[in-house]
Amino acid sequence: MRKPEAAWQQWLRSSISIFRKDWHSELRTRYAISALVMFVVTTISIMVFALGSESAPVDVLSGMLWVVIFFAAMSGLSRTFVAEEERGTAMTLQLLTSPSAIYFGKLFFNLVLMIGVNTFTVLLYAIFLNGFIVKTSSIFIITIALGSIGLAASSTIIAAIIAKANTKGTLYPVLSFPILLPLLLTCINATRLATEGAFLNEATGEFQFLVSYIVVVVTASSVLFEYIWKD
Amino acid sequence: MNTHLRISATNLKKVFNRRTIFRNISFSVRFGEVLLVTGKNGSGKSTLVKIISDVLSPSEGEIEFSGSDNVKTIARANLIGLVSPYLQMYDEFSAEENLQYALSIRGRTPDISHIHELLGKVFLFHRKSDPVRTYSSGMKQRMKYAFALAHNPPVLLLDEPTSNLDTDGIAMVKQIMEEQTQIGILIVATNDLSDVDRFNAQVDLNAQT
Repeated sequence: MRKPEAAWQQWLRSSISIFRKDWHSELRTRYAISALVMFVVTTISIMVFALGSESAPVDVLSGMLWVVIFFAAMSGLSRTFVAEEERGTAMTLQLLTSPSAIYFGKLFFNLVLMIGVNTFTVLLYAIFLNGFIVKTSSIFIITIALGSIGLAASSTIIAAIIAKANTKGTLYPVLSFPILLPLLLTCINATRLATEGAFLNEATGEFQFLVSYIVVVVTASSVLFEYIWKD
Repeated sequence: MNTHLRISATNLKKVFNRRTIFRNISFSVRFGEVLLVTGKNGSGKSTLVKIISDVLSPSEGEIEFSGSDNVKTIARANLIGLVSPYLQMYDEFSAEENLQYALSIRGRTPDISHIHELLGKVFLFHRKSDPVRTYSSGMKQRMKYAFALAHNPPVLLLDEPTSNLDTDGIAMVKQIMEEQTQIGILIVATNDLSDVDRFNAQVDLNAQT
């Protein structure tokens, strides 16, 4: 006789299934991927045309990279919850599993989306913006990884909040900005250190802040999500 | 099969934006019984169904599922199957994919032969691979029955059970209702009393207004 699964195993299976369902749905509809890719391509094209043959200072380019990443996230990451509300499937999902399984499934989907988009953005940025040269790649890679996790974590819970509102489009960046500001400032600073050729240990403070930010946001979100999601 | 299963509601009240939808709703329904929920449009039938399903919380009062020792530890979602007009399927997926995801999101391993059996029961087997967006409203209603029954729930909640269905569909619903009373509890919310052949308890929300 097969041993019954523990509750945590069912929870994990449930979370992974939500991720798989969202990914499968995204591959069929291309709502978020199209919005994110088009935003990144358009923004970097405008920057290239605006700069022309001029070369912007590297610390300005570090800041601009995170501006592109922030607005790309704003254009696509809310889809994960907004689509459920617009199609009327939010209640279907509520009937199937616990709020925490839904939150972590959606978080994982946004995280994969964010890492993919950020990798694409960095590649385009490095190819088309001549002045942007990373001298300490370890700092840069860790910053992009932690920044992606932080952005996905914050964006997921904010998306859950705004999905219930009537003015979704405008509310998302407005609500996100104050929450994401500390994350973005730290990421911009760490990216500047990477372009200046700083040693890895010089960015320890930034990394500690990013890890703390992620832990706080994910913990608070997993506690609060049930109240946002249910009524 | 949990023959000791019982649902008891005590003094339920729901308020939306300072408007009281209903108050002092109490009922008790046991294994093998049918609870009928009636009331005019806007009287709160669907709200009561959502509260029983744990999709909404009551403003006051409580609902208790009792029976064997493990009933209280099982998530409400695993005890209930719901068919209602506001329940939507994922339009971009086929009926088969919808059921596979529904089962796996419930934390279960989807059994394809069980899914095919369910789709046959609701007369959708021949369209199992077509996206749900290509279905008629009646076919979508049948799909909701397959969705509600996929995990063999001991409690089946039907809100407007025969809406959009043809005579074959209505016969299918009657059969599903009959089978449910053999294996658990049936709760039906409707304005059309011909939807139910018999009931053991009734909540009349008109009496609240």
